[in-house]
Amino acid sequence: MTTRIQNEAGKDSLLINMGPSHPAMHGTIRIMVELDGERILNSEVEVGYLHRGFEKTCENKTYFNLLPYTDRMNYVSPLINNLGYVMTLEKMMGIEVPEKAQYIRVIMSELSRISDHLTCIAAMAMECGAFTILLYKMKAREFIWDVFEQTTGARMTTSYIRIGGVRADLHPDYEEVLKKAVYETRKVLKDVHGLLDKNKIFLNRTRDIAVVKPETAINYGWTGPCLRSTGVYFDVRKTFPYLVYDQMDFEVPLGDRGDNFDRYMVRMKEMEQSLRIIEQAMKKIPKSDASVMAKGMEPAEAIKASRDKRVEKKIILSPNLEGSEKDKYIDILTKDKKVVVPPKEDTYTSIEGLIHHFKFFMNEHGIRPPKGEVYCAVEGGNGELGYYLVSDGSDKPYRLHVRAPCFHVMAALEEMIQGHYVADVIPTFGSVNMIGGEMDR
Amino acid sequence: MEEKKVLDGLKTKFPEKIMETSSDFGDDTVIISRDFLIELAQHLNDKPYEYTMLLDITCVDYGDREPRFEMVYHLLSLSAKHRLRIKISLKEKELKLDSVSSIWKNANWLEREVYDMFGVHFNGHPDLRRLFMYDGFEGYPLRKDYPLRKRQPRIRLRK
Repeated sequence: MTTRIQNEAGKDSLLINMGPSHPAMHGTIRIMVELDGERILNSEVEVGYLHRGFEKTCENKTYFNLLPYTDRMNYVSPLINNLGYVMTLEKMMGIEVPEKAQYIRVIMSELSRISDHLTCIAAMAMECGAFTILLYKMKAREFIWDVFEQTTGARMTTSYIRIGGVRADLHPDYEEVLKKAVYETRKVLKDVHGLLDKNKIFLNRTRDIAVVKPETAINYGWTGPCLRSTGVYFDVRKTFPYLVYDQMDFEVPLGDRGDNFDRYMVRMKEMEQSLRIIEQAMKKIPKSDASVMAKGMEPAEAIKASRDKRVEKKIILSPNLEGSEKDKYIDILTKDKKVVVPPKEDTYTSIEGLIHHFKFFMNEHGIRPPKGEVYCAVEGGNGELGYYLVSDGSDKPYRLHVRAPCFHVMAALEEMIQGHYVADVIPTFGSVNMIGGEMDR
Repeated sequence: MEEKKVLDGLKTKFPEKIMETSSDFGDDTVIISRDFLIELAQHLNDKPYEYTMLLDITCVDYGDREPRFEMVYHLLSLSAKHRLRIKISLKEKELKLDSVSSIWKNANWLEREVYDMFGVHFNGHPDLRRLFMYDGFEGYPLRKDYPLRKRQPRIRLRK
């Protein structure tokens, strides 16, 4: 079986294979290039090495059960993937989400976006030889992932944003950790600006390389930072505002040339805007009602007290995760009981709670959206992350299709590297931020 | 109001060719027959609509229902800030459709994906091959009659 490029290649040119496992390819993808000396005459991109049948799997899972699978798509910003799926279902079922949960979602999406951009630029700069950048960026990402870890209990596979709200409230000490993350990220951004912006080597490898015109970018369906680097103003957060983004004050950075350097610069500036959004959200986020949050007794203390007399006071329970107690449900989860896992306190102590629990998890019960189809998109790290959901009224999606933003960017890679040198493939590939899990699904 | 205008405008312009329009859950949808796809795509791509961006192409297999397949196109107009969905029903015996890759370039890969997963053929596609699955893979994995856990024998190394 010969591939397209093998048939098209000229007699005197050299065919070279990059990937699927190549030290300079983060992610499994195969690029075959036809060379004349070092210049690329023609190329072919082969994808699908990470295809895991996400869509087929989802057709066989209930709406609640497939949520963890969405984490595994773009694994550097899992929370945005959660959010996109959850919002699609909420749009279909008309679920209202409490204000506090919306703010938490905004903070988490922006942190994910920063972690996505950090990873992209770290890898891109490292492949150009700037290893320091990678270490700096990974340091900043660690601080961001500390926030994830504290809030969601996991660093990458979070499954935190749930249908109707979020899994748990923010940790009582979250502000301190979040402020630290913001501070450290700013510091790293400043360092990286200083190291790369006027760096001769970096500029030589990125300026005017793989230039994409705005019309081409639109024609290829580009969205996100890559589209904005060509100077086209489109951001789902601004054009189709969701959550509380319309109350946030932020700018959409644009590039002007659409080359590798602009893609780097737009990402850097976008991180700064994300930090701004996080700071605003931290100020605006509604505080939980103090009367609801009355402190109970420690379990050990209660056992001790119960030796003398019956304990009337509440006992602190933290079944799985800090902030997932029943008292906090009103702030972070919708009132619609049909789509929310009942609190563990109820499940274990009352018959209604137990019935509710079984009704939620039993086959053929659980979340059942109406018949129909819906498309909903959020601004992911790479651009418009859309979910197309077809429901037949049962508890499993009839079809779930994901519009992966980097799929469309990668479709243009062949055109982008045409006429450049082999060495230019690496920064170009780094600047578009291909995420295998998201593209191949 | 803007959204209504698009659907109404299309209905008055092509009264016979637009089979149905709907706006369920706020998503504007046009249902057409497959012969009309290229003409409509071209029309929408130009002014005044400027649906210059093709967001997505996918297909849905409705199993026993007739017609069995349904192609779904999502378009975006940056100037009107509006998304539009085009749906086309396809019978199992005539799984053929005109390719829109001459209008939107990313359709090249998107159509390859649909061909790979559902076996829909696109007339005029420059390079219709499987995208995610390998050469030699049998069947179309996202069809409803393809079992979830079906395994296929290993293939030989490429020479």
